[in-house]
Amino acid sequence: MEFFGKTGRSARYLVVNADESEPGTFKDRYLMEFIPHLLIEGMITASYALGSKCSYIYIRGEYAWIVDILEQAIAEAKNNGWLGKNILGTGYDLEIYVQRGAGAYICGEETALLESLEGKRGNPRIKPPFPAVRGLWDCPTVVNNVETIAAVVPIINEGGEEYAKIGVGKSTGTKLISACGNIKKPGVYEIDMTISVEEFIYSDEYCGGMANGRKLKACIPGGSSVPILPANLLLKTAKGETRYMNYESLADGGFATGSMMGSGGFIVIDDSQCIVRHTYTLARFYRHESCGQCSPCREGTGWMEKILWNLETGKGKMGDIDLLWDIQRKIEGNTICPLGDAAAWPVAAAIRHFRDEFEWHVTNPDDAQRRNYGIGHYANPIPVPVTA
Amino acid sequence: MADEVKKEVPARFKVTIDNITIEVAPGTTILNAARQIGGDVTPPAMCYYSKLQGSGGKCRTCLVEVEAGSAADPRPMPKLVASCRTAVMDGMVLKNITSERVLDARAGVVEFLLLNHPLDCPICDQAGECHLQDLGYEHGKEGTRYEFKRRTFEKEDIGPYIQLHMTRCILCYRCTYVADQLTDNRVHGVLERRDHAEISTYISKAIDSDFSGNMIDVCPVGALTDKTFRFKNRVWFTKPVDAHRDCENPKCCGKVTLWQRGDDVLRVTARKDQWGEVQSFDGKPGWICNTCRFDKKHSNDWVVEGPTKVSRHSVISQGHYIDMQMPKEIMPEVMGGRAPKLLMDIQDISEVNSVDIGLLPGPATSKTFEKKEQ
Ligand SMILES: Cc1cc2nc3c(=O)[nH]c(=O)nc-3n(C[C@H](O)[C@H](O)[C@H](O)COP(=O)(O)O)c2cc1C
Ligand code: SF4
Ligand code: SF4
Ligand code: FES
Repeated sequence: MEFFGKTGRSARYLVVNADESEPGTFKDRYLMEFIPHLLIEGMITASYALGSKCSYIYIRGEYAWIVDILEQAIAEAKNNGWLGKNILGTGYDLEIYVQRGAGAYICGEETALLESLEGKRGNPRIKPPFPAVRGLWDCPTVVNNVETIAAVVPIINEGGEEYAKIGVGKSTGTKLISACGNIKKPGVYEIDMTISVEEFIYSDEYCGGMANGRKLKACIPGGSSVPILPANLLLKTAKGETRYMNYESLADGGFATGSMMGSGGFIVIDDSQCIVRHTYTLARFYRHESCGQCSPCREGTGWMEKILWNLETGKGKMGDIDLLWDIQRKIEGNTICPLGDAAAWPVAAAIRHFRDEFEWHVTNPDDAQRRNYGIGHYANPIPVPVTA
Repeated sequence: MADEVKKEVPARFKVTIDNITIEVAPGTTILNAARQIGGDVTPPAMCYYSKLQGSGGKCRTCLVEVEAGSAADPRPMPKLVASCRTAVMDGMVLKNITSERVLDARAGVVEFLLLNHPLDCPICDQAGECHLQDLGYEHGKEGTRYEFKRRTFEKEDIGPYIQLHMTRCILCYRCTYVADQLTDNRVHGVLERRDHAEISTYISKAIDSDFSGNMIDVCPVGALTDKTFRFKNRVWFTKPVDAHRDCENPKCCGKVTLWQRGDDVLRVTARKDQWGEVQSFDGKPGWICNTCRFDKKHSNDWVVEGPTKVSRHSVISQGHYIDMQMPKEIMPEVMGGRAPKLLMDIQDISEVNSVDIGLLPGPATSKTFEKKEQ
């Protein structure tokens, strides 16, 4: 494996990142809860390829019951000779351990995860060196998501070329999307990445349309960290082309008019929801989860939360909106790990696309305080898509 | 990959920082290369401490712009990098004070660091030798845009000699590295996350170790202070002299700075260099033990060598010490020979300033300002 650095140490590790804590993302949970053997099989194959004799699943602390499921699956695999010493007579030994986190989003960041796995405080490390060179206990380590490792199985079984025929462009294979929010059928969907966003939201095969007959207002297409898009830019790109559920199309237009596939957490927001309150909720989350290591993220996330709380409760000033913009700009790109960016992007996108709604909160403090989001004041006309 | 490794690595790497080119040993960090140039070209460093392994990367004050990554790959880097944790490459071109992006980001970092910091230097024991004061003065904006309550903590005694006032801490983690690397068993570290993170001992345990006092010296702000000196005096009223003694502790270098008032020794610290770090002697950092620091408070305990050379360009240098060393003037070099022009000296034409404080031999007192009979 060229990817690995040569450090002269013999041990190598595979670590599966099952810390899934991004708001709106719950696809790994589904995989581990219902088809844990897919993950175990993927891990055995990947560990063999890497030469890892000891692999870990680092799982989010709140998924307490899934630990039991995984451990039962590991025991079953062991009893049948697929794990442990001399697997199926090949001479290859492998142990898989499940380690529970203690409830920190930041421990999903790969280097914070490794620190936590080593029994230390989950602070992200300063890169380089990257984990592939110096990871767990200073040994070369690969950290991958649950879905990534589970995908090893069909890739090996069908062959890479065959697997890559699914999908379109660079978005090959299938993708799990966890859809939630104001839709009729929230849940985890496996899609091939050729369907349009409109089809995904409105067809009965997937989300089944908007709940309670409301209108689509906005959507966060890839987990809480990625920029929010208003309905018009979600369904069509700025160029007027149909937007598809794949990496390239969701990112079309950059951050100005596009977003990202991110973690596949698809959060749909209808016209009864308040974007300011929503942005506040996300800011509160990122503030709470910042590890507190580097100053822009530690201090900036708290400041943004407080300003957003003022705006939300009718105590905001017009200048606060520009101040928020300036704060997020000074956090983004200047931190140790991408959590700083993840905290800045949602605020930036909300102001970029919904500035009038922030201003409404300032000019109508009483309505804002009564939580009276008669959002009719916002962005008329909200594009009404044809129902699929 | 194998070919690349075999390629000859030049013995010295050429780097350009703010139009000044120097040669440094491979493996040198950008910050240390800039320190070799000196003066304003050196980025401020609030968390990095060259004598503490693993330190740096946290405060983000030392961010610089990479205009060209290396001679082999001269592309610029999209993000600003932490100069204290990034090694130089041969042919690297960097911008510090010549980059607007850097100055903007740095002003942001200063604002963030001061966000939850009490702005009450007049009642803080660190005032006069505080790196955050210097940083705010040199790189900050004149006002704050923060309108909320600052976080506060109760003062805490960690051991008989050290007081922790967490309210002032900027979470540089230096003291935790001291605890990790200098003392036998570490009992203090960081608890909690985000802006609630705090330095603390494990269940209020006292820190009991020969070298714990060095935490006070590495702390850039007034969060960790010497209880034997707290509020006894202002540093700029004291007279620093270099002194040494034969310390019984084999790990202690015995070379210190005594801070005197008259003949009284008010405080003992390690000797600091122009970056505010403890000096090295024979290649080893000059940490001192708690006995030298807290118990030897009599001039008879020490062999005095002479006045300390104060070389830090900070508030402390305003004390009119005899042995002031001014920082290197680097601007003409940065500006390619063009020098900033002095348009006028207000002292020459002012009618309201009756006293030219620049000419005073020592601190001003009310006497200085008494109207002279004309
Ligand atoms: C703040 C933060 C949180 C993260 N949380 C997760 C997580 O919960 N699960 C995950 O798989 N990756 C998470 N990541 C991404 C990991 O750092 C890493 O990129 C990923 O595990 C690589 O796996 P992949 O290449 O298979 O996607 C997070 C990253 C950051 C910066
Ligand atoms: S960006 Fe935030 S979470 Fe990441 S290292 Fe810095 S403080 Fe910690
Ligand atoms: S107490 Fe001082 S040395 Fe320790 S982290 Fe805080 S500022 Fe840094
Ligand atoms: S000195 Fe480099 S980040 Fe603090």
